[in-house]
Amino acid sequence: MMGLAARLKERAIHALLFLCAIISIATTLGIVWVLIEESVKFFAKVSPIEFFTGTKWAPLSSEAPSFGVLPLVCGTFLIAGGALIVAIPIGLAAAIYISEYAPPSVRRVLKPTLEVLAGIPTVVYGYFALTFVTPYILRPLYGQTEIFNAASAAIVVGVMIIPTISSLCDDAFRAVPRSLREGAYAMAATRLEVSTRVVVPAAMSGVVAAILLALARAIGETMAVALAAGMTPKLTVNPFVSVQTMTGYIVQVSLGDTPADTIGYQTIFAVAFALFLITMTINVIAQRVLKRFREVYE
Amino acid sequence: MVNVAEDQPTAPVEAPRMPLLRMPIPRPPSKLPMPSSECVIRAEDLSIYYGSFPAVREVTLEISSHRVTAIIGPSGCGKSTLLRSMNRMNDFVASAAARGKLLYRGRDIYAPGFDAVDLRRRIGMVFQKPNPFPKSIYKNVAWGAAINGYQGNLEELVERALQQAALWDEVKDKLDKSAYELSGGQQQRLCIARAIALQPDVLLMDEPCSALDPIATARIEDLIDKLKTQYTVVLVTHNMQQAARVSDRTAFMYMGELVEVNDTTVMFTRPGNKRTQDYITGRFG
Amino acid sequence: MNGASAISASDFVPRIAHRRRFGRVFEWTCTVLSFVGIAFLAVLILRVLWEGLTWVTPKFLMNFPSVLSPEDAGIKSALWGTLWLMAITTLVAVPVGVAGAVYLEEYAPHNRLSRFIHFNITNLAGVPSIVYGILGLAVFVRWWRLDRSVLSGGLILTLLVLPVIIIASREALLAVPKSMREAAYALGATRWQTVRTHVLPVALPGIMTGIILAVSRAIGEAAPLITIGALTYVAFVPSSPLDPFTALPIQIYDWSDRPQAEFHHLAAAGIIVLLGILLPLNAVAVVVRAWQQSKKAW
Repeated sequence: MMGLAARLKERAIHALLFLCAIISIATTLGIVWVLIEESVKFFAKVSPIEFFTGTKWAPLSSEAPSFGVLPLVCGTFLIAGGALIVAIPIGLAAAIYISEYAPPSVRRVLKPTLEVLAGIPTVVYGYFALTFVTPYILRPLYGQTEIFNAASAAIVVGVMIIPTISSLCDDAFRAVPRSLREGAYAMAATRLEVSTRVVVPAAMSGVVAAILLALARAIGETMAVALAAGMTPKLTVNPFVSVQTMTGYIVQVSLGDTPADTIGYQTIFAVAFALFLITMTINVIAQRVLKRFREVYE
Repeated sequence: MVNVAEDQPTAPVEAPRMPLLRMPIPRPPSKLPMPSSECVIRAEDLSIYYGSFPAVREVTLEISSHRVTAIIGPSGCGKSTLLRSMNRMNDFVASAAARGKLLYRGRDIYAPGFDAVDLRRRIGMVFQKPNPFPKSIYKNVAWGAAINGYQGNLEELVERALQQAALWDEVKDKLDKSAYELSGGQQQRLCIARAIALQPDVLLMDEPCSALDPIATARIEDLIDKLKTQYTVVLVTHNMQQAARVSDRTAFMYMGELVEVNDTTVMFTRPGNKRTQDYITGRFG
Repeated sequence: MNGASAISASDFVPRIAHRRRFGRVFEWTCTVLSFVGIAFLAVLILRVLWEGLTWVTPKFLMNFPSVLSPEDAGIKSALWGTLWLMAITTLVAVPVGVAGAVYLEEYAPHNRLSRFIHFNITNLAGVPSIVYGILGLAVFVRWWRLDRSVLSGGLILTLLVLPVIIIASREALLAVPKSMREAAYALGATRWQTVRTHVLPVALPGIMTGIILAVSRAIGEAAPLITIGALTYVAFVPSSPLDPFTALPIQIYDWSDRPQAEFHHLAAAGIIVLLGILLPLNAVAVVVRAWQQSKKAW
């Protein structure tokens, strides 16, 4: 029989653990509250239409400040898109190789090694982009490449998200039941045909979820793009010039001396809010797709 | 009124007695004309090892064309392994190794350099649990044929295969629906249809009815009877009644060894080996 | 069915050799692509070592950064800042994260609130780190008046890695078989006793792996710290949690951004030190995970 003291102790522990669990909710509420509160102040002074459709971003300029966020969004998606161009073929190929072709000994080494790519801090990638990729890989290809350019950022962010794609796709391929592969082999199919025409299509929603999660990560990436891509917002698709991303802008302002409660300062919150909405939407969609995939195969 | 109960002693109620010596009844000989037969597959002292464990031990067995050969035996006796060795599906188990010979139309399929992929076009397989692709019904049947370069009209092929599998009437209006919308029995017939769409020589069936209800099972057994006019069928089953009903020849395996092989009518009425008789009469399962 | 068939096996032209050749090309392509990521990693590490190894001297570790004479610059302040951040983050995030995971796995009823908390945590894991910086700016720096102190930084990093710890700990707790808990309950143990004495010890390796990965992530982050105003030029070591600070990733960023070649060497040296902390940490995590896998034979 539990005495009163023991029962109170159990209750207290229960309550304490519960509090720890809901800190996560407090965090989300905090993020949403802070972003909305400051953004409201911002949108009181700047019209949302100008913000979301304007094509010039120069909020800190004293003569003619303009608040069109599209150049930042363009820079963000230019780099994220380029990163996906790098990461999807490599990540998918690695996942197919690891799950369908590689002998177990190779798989045991290759998979964790790819994970290391995800563990390297992003500043290191930024350093590498600036001091190696641009001068030794991009410049020889295209002489007019600027020192800060979107391509080098896209390349290193792409490498950074390879493990996201390869790991999740590998999990998705392994979830496809063996009986499906056997049925395909019994139809006189080669390994190529079984992996690309049966396994990958069967795991497609898992692959889509992996790509979406990788996209969200690329969009949220900060230090590597701040170092590699530069600080000049431009509405362009030219990967060889410098651009600025939403995250890069926030870093730029934070490094500077913009005083609090000025319009320039509040732009951080508006941009962060836009960033938050974009990544949250992509992540929620990805989780939904992943959930549906798991329901089919587990 | 005379009390009936007092006048006539009632017989004591007995528990129903398990018929110890009841043999499965082989069906009467088929009314369809039996095509002439030759040896299609011949295993010669074939052994299959998983690592160092011999799942199949020095089996010598002939499979005749246009006949249904059933392989029966208790769980773990190696009948599935033997079946899978016939189209080299064991290749996908890393530790599997074969010794001895398995001749398909005179050629040893385990000889080095033999093309296993082409073999599987001629020796098709239907599995225990229906495993259709997550594609439409049409694509399921057409997939193998398309991959293997079928030269004729694919739609006609799909229709003919579904008809031969006794599934056409049920699906002809919904060919583009997902195969997963079919019932278990229909899915298994779909798997049979896609296998025969490749016009194989031999059809290997690994306990095809064990996941199905009795009605679906009966339909598939009917189908097997009809299929043998065109194909050779090798059927693994743990259901002896099924083997007796459906097959022409039966092979009994125990612990990896081929104990006895004979015409089905002989096997189930006058089995030669005591172990066979014990298994057939249910002394052990 | 009649015996004759209008279709014969010779209607097939399987072109097996051609398909096999194509399959070999595909396999080769997948293998090469898989190793591209690894090659990138190798080049990166070699480049960093080449540029920075000779600059990692005891002087480097013990000097403060200097803009005027890069040859005398050191990372003492950044290194100590990072160590302080590690300590604060670990001290706060580990208990809260593990407690939250214990609540969600062992105590929470399967209701909408629990599902919402889980959904919330997976979303938080995908929020860009810079948004956490913005949150910390408003909550820790302004509201709690902690200013740009190392405590603020540590708390922000705590919030950042909390989802990682919770998710990893939950998986570890989930892997403990139900029978263990049932055996303890059957003997009259309370929920907390069961968790403390039976479940947590078994889940410990998995939880530790999660903690190590979380701390590794926290050490590599610069964006949220820059947002709260961590300085890039700091010539002192924090002596209390309320002191201003800098951190290794920030210093590396600052040095990488400068055009002079000496600073790139300094950046490389800083990266070596940072990786020198991260690699042993991750090696421990890998060893723990491998040891746990080998013990799994029960």
